Amino acid sequence: MVTVTPTTAAPTAAPPTARRRPGGRPVLRLVILVAIVVVVLYPLIWMVGTSLKSQEEIVNNVGLLPERFTPGNYTAGWSNFDVSFGRFFLNSAMVSLLTVVGNGLSCLLAAYAFARLRFRLRGMWFAVMIGTLLLPQHVLIVPQYILFRTLGLVGGDWPYLPLLIPQFLATEAFFVFLMVQFMRGVPRELDEAARIDGAGPFGIFRHIILPLSRPALVTTAIFSFIWTWNDFFRQLVFLSQLEDYTVPVALTLFIDSTSQSAVGPMFAMSVLSLLPVFLFFVAFQRMLVEGINTSGIKG
Amino acid sequence: MALTTAPDPTRRGPGSDRAHAERRGPGRFRHSEGLAGYVFLSPWLIGLMGVTAIPMLLSLYLSFTNYDILTPFSEVEWVGLANYERMFTADPSYWHAVRVTLTFALIAVPLKLAAALGVALLLNRAWRGVGLFRGLFYLPSLLGGSVALAIVWVNMFNRDGAFNSLLSLFGITGKPWVNDPDWALETLMVLAIWQFGAPMVIFLAGLKQVPTELYEAASVDGAGRFRQFRNVTLPMLSPVIFFNLVLETINGFQGFTAAFVLSNGTGGPVDSTLMYTLNLYITGFTDLNMGYASAMAWVFLLAIAVITAIFFSTGRFWVHYSDGEDR
Repeated sequence: MVTVTPTTAAPTAAPPTARRRPGGRPVLRLVILVAIVVVVLYPLIWMVGTSLKSQEEIVNNVGLLPERFTPGNYTAGWSNFDVSFGRFFLNSAMVSLLTVVGNGLSCLLAAYAFARLRFRLRGMWFAVMIGTLLLPQHVLIVPQYILFRTLGLVGGDWPYLPLLIPQFLATEAFFVFLMVQFMRGVPRELDEAARIDGAGPFGIFRHIILPLSRPALVTTAIFSFIWTWNDFFRQLVFLSQLEDYTVPVALTLFIDSTSQSAVGPMFAMSVLSLLPVFLFFVAFQRMLVEGINTSGIKG
Repeated sequence: MALTTAPDPTRRGPGSDRAHAERRGPGRFRHSEGLAGYVFLSPWLIGLMGVTAIPMLLSLYLSFTNYDILTPFSEVEWVGLANYERMFTADPSYWHAVRVTLTFALIAVPLKLAAALGVALLLNRAWRGVGLFRGLFYLPSLLGGSVALAIVWVNMFNRDGAFNSLLSLFGITGKPWVNDPDWALETLMVLAIWQFGAPMVIFLAGLKQVPTELYEAASVDGAGRFRQFRNVTLPMLSPVIFFNLVLETINGFQGFTAAFVLSNGTGGPVDSTLMYTLNLYITGFTDLNMGYASAMAWVFLLAIAVITAIFFSTGRFWVHYSDGEDR
């Protein structure tokens, strides 16, 4: 890159503000930003506020916050259906955590092969993997449903297999790609050193790549969890028994009961369902914001 | 700058060494590496075959049949192009779904990207608190795709929702927007735009790459803020704009959850939120018309491929890569 030293012969005619990058005056900019924050956060605060309103207040007080905080919606919502929401949360947590494990394991293996090993047809397989990046899940859902049903896995003894099997087979190409990009940044000299010490491809994976890929694994884990926790489409298609439902599927049951009395409990359970994602956001904010979104263009 | 460029020549040393070592590397290792490659790749390969490739072929076959899940495979009837014919000539609700999806993407995606770029420009300077704003703006992108937030959204734009109480402050009497066929889809667009944080973060990363010297040079040449934006920021950012545009358009076509929640799975009111994927779901899993749904899925896939191809071929005319030849 060519370095241009800021010239000392800057034209004196130009006012000092002209040298600024676009962005406006600090105070004006701050006012605009705060206004946008209000718009962005309003629905979330309204959601929490409504979940704490009594039945009367939901109808009469349209304000952001309740006059009297009433936690009753939470207990009412928790046992609103024949199966308690605790069960739905357990189901969701189980599916999400197993997805984290499956994605982490299988994507790491595939990424190591793509990033570090030379084998026949590697270029072709890599192109195929990139091709599946943009493949919408909606295209595959009908035949996958038929296949899993033919295998007796839909509504079987453990109905989560159709949700989890793909996750243990590295079908989330996005994470494979993310890890490949990350591994390409690990210096090859480390592989060389291990190789001189007698390590084969498995040893290099075990002692060099696996420990050094921890940041990529953590990013994959966090996003796997959040995406699966929020996912609705696949869970809606594959889960049919009430006691097997995950949180998103269970929440739609509230919509069926259109009565006004369900609004409070429905909001309470909605708040609870977003809580794990929110906690992840608080804990990993910096990483979430900078980690995955920019990985596509940094590479 | 000098510090970052200095190590470059030394770095080239070990690199060429490595290339040398690889060329005459021990043959045994190369052999075991080829085998190991497939060992490590095997879960992905099995997934590619079992979860992606075979289902896709099955879906292609089914799209020429009248398969529903209830009849056994042996009795499935080959109907030729009947499903595709029906889709293109005899199914008004299919074309309605196409129109709804295109309307949604054509309006929501540009507005979302404009919001993302605008806010990114406001945040594109290092100052205290910028991280907090960035985080808060990103939060909706994490929460917005969930059922829970769709539920909140529907209630917010309902008759007694927060939006109408806001309007009443200005003396405007609102209506139940989500029950109005003319407005239901618009509320979903607002939900999509609300999640501008994800493309915003990508824009911010792109803006950081724009060399400050270019702005200095432009202001020396007498360019005002608007011309700097038009002649420096936009061209330098065009690869990132392109990236976001492709990504968000494809995402926009696939909107499902919010439309499902708003309409309780029907695409209503009066089919106004019948997104393509929702129509596909209803056809395949409510009406159990899986042959027809497979045909819809294939047309969807081809449409996305064509649109992506169009993006890439027109991108040549407006995307500037600073290390490319067009500079």
